[in-house]
Amino acid sequence: MAGCFRYLFILVVLAIVHIKKIPRKKLIIISTLRMTLQLILVGYILIYIFDHPHPLLTVGIILFMLGFAIFNVYQRTKATIQLPLKKMIALAMVIGISISLTYMMLIVLQLDPWYDPRIFIPIGGMIIGKTMTGVALGVNNLIHGMRDQKDKVEGALMLGASPKQAAKSIINEAFDSAMLPTINAMVGMGIVFLPGMMTGQIIAGQQPVTAVKYQIAVMLGVAGTVSITVLIFLHLAYKSFFNEQKQFLLSKRNPSKGDKPVEFH
Amino acid sequence: MFEIVDVEVASIFGMNHVKIEEQVTGIVGQSGSGKSTFLRLLNNLDTPSKGNIYYNDRSLVDIDPIKLRQKVVMVPQTPVIFDGTIYDNLVIGHEFCGQRSPQEKELQEMLQMLQLDKDLYINASELSGGEKQRLALGRVLLMDTAEVYLLDEPSSALDDKTAEHVLGKVIDFSKNHDKQLIMVTHDQDLAKKYADKLIKMDMYSYNVEGEKV
Repeated sequence: MAGCFRYLFILVVLAIVHIKKIPRKKLIIISTLRMTLQLILVGYILIYIFDHPHPLLTVGIILFMLGFAIFNVYQRTKATIQLPLKKMIALAMVIGISISLTYMMLIVLQLDPWYDPRIFIPIGGMIIGKTMTGVALGVNNLIHGMRDQKDKVEGALMLGASPKQAAKSIINEAFDSAMLPTINAMVGMGIVFLPGMMTGQIIAGQQPVTAVKYQIAVMLGVAGTVSITVLIFLHLAYKSFFNEQKQFLLSKRNPSKGDKPVEFH
Repeated sequence: MFEIVDVEVASIFGMNHVKIEEQVTGIVGQSGSGKSTFLRLLNNLDTPSKGNIYYNDRSLVDIDPIKLRQKVVMVPQTPVIFDGTIYDNLVIGHEFCGQRSPQEKELQEMLQMLQLDKDLYINASELSGGEKQRLALGRVLLMDTAEVYLLDEPSSALDDKTAEHVLGKVIDFSKNHDKQLIMVTHDQDLAKKYADKLIKMDMYSYNVEGEKV
């Protein structure tokens, strides 16, 4: 019964939204229901997995999360991206996250067994989630940078620049914007807020120092993974804005069908 | 030297056979006739729907496009100004081509030639439209790798007097340095005054030809 009180928060939100006539009521109700159902479901799945640890189960869950994260990046992109660009997002996330998770679990945390689901799955999930946010920012900033600065990109080509030289400042800006939330989170951590994982461990009775150790490992892991993944993505993706003749596809006057890597609405 | 053979750009224009070997060529015609598009073809920023373009007897599709654009440099109608100072903007072409930047004195002389009396180290974004256009012109004239200059309406943002001075200087410079110049303009009189050859383009004209002036 006491559990029901927590939903009072959402009733307050609904009341405010109703009074202010903000058209978000349906979305708030749906997202609350989805969160509740998804978390209950995942709770039961985790109970099963922890009771029956198996490498395939751990890897399977991680792959499922990764697939969902890739799909989520596609959805968060504010333009229609074509298949080649989608492939690069997927490839970068698979490579970047695989390298980082392997290093994190085997060398930093030295899991025994390596697939220990109690640590692998939650930490893997955190890293995948943050990377998803970073890559989504990187993708959006790359394609909008290419669109907004297309005259500069083409102006550089006209002077004999390679596509890489022409896109350099856009690539750098996109990388910067993808990394910024992670960097800000590191700066504010422990002062402005206590991160969720650490809070969870402390509530569960763990020594704060142990919680801090894990948190530091996770934050560094997140920073590393976001940077590797976004870097791989950007260095693959800028090329899809140019064709074999090194023409800039967003500025072509006489484009072939399906020439453009991205369509803006 | 360019040679254009049976080139067509879908629903814009067509050319059966045009040679561009004169030192100064003017491309004239009303807006929408495909003048800029034609210039973009020569810079290999666009590919014609059909036909072939040859530069010094080699088809553009067979030339490394980056190498081509280092030799055939283009200035678009709206000048592109990169982040940084006037100096940064003047030497960026050299950076792209992996060449050493010219001496400051040479840069200052170029600015003087184009009547752009500005300090090399002010931010280029502070310049007016006409000043930016002259900066963009100066940038390509300084490039040693260039053999051909493609200029799209090089005087569109300049007043008549400055336009005449600047264009005269640009053409003298090209001739003195033995560079070819291909220039789009809507001003027929201007083109006739300077060009050795005129290419007149019309809306939906599929037999565009060149004529000696």
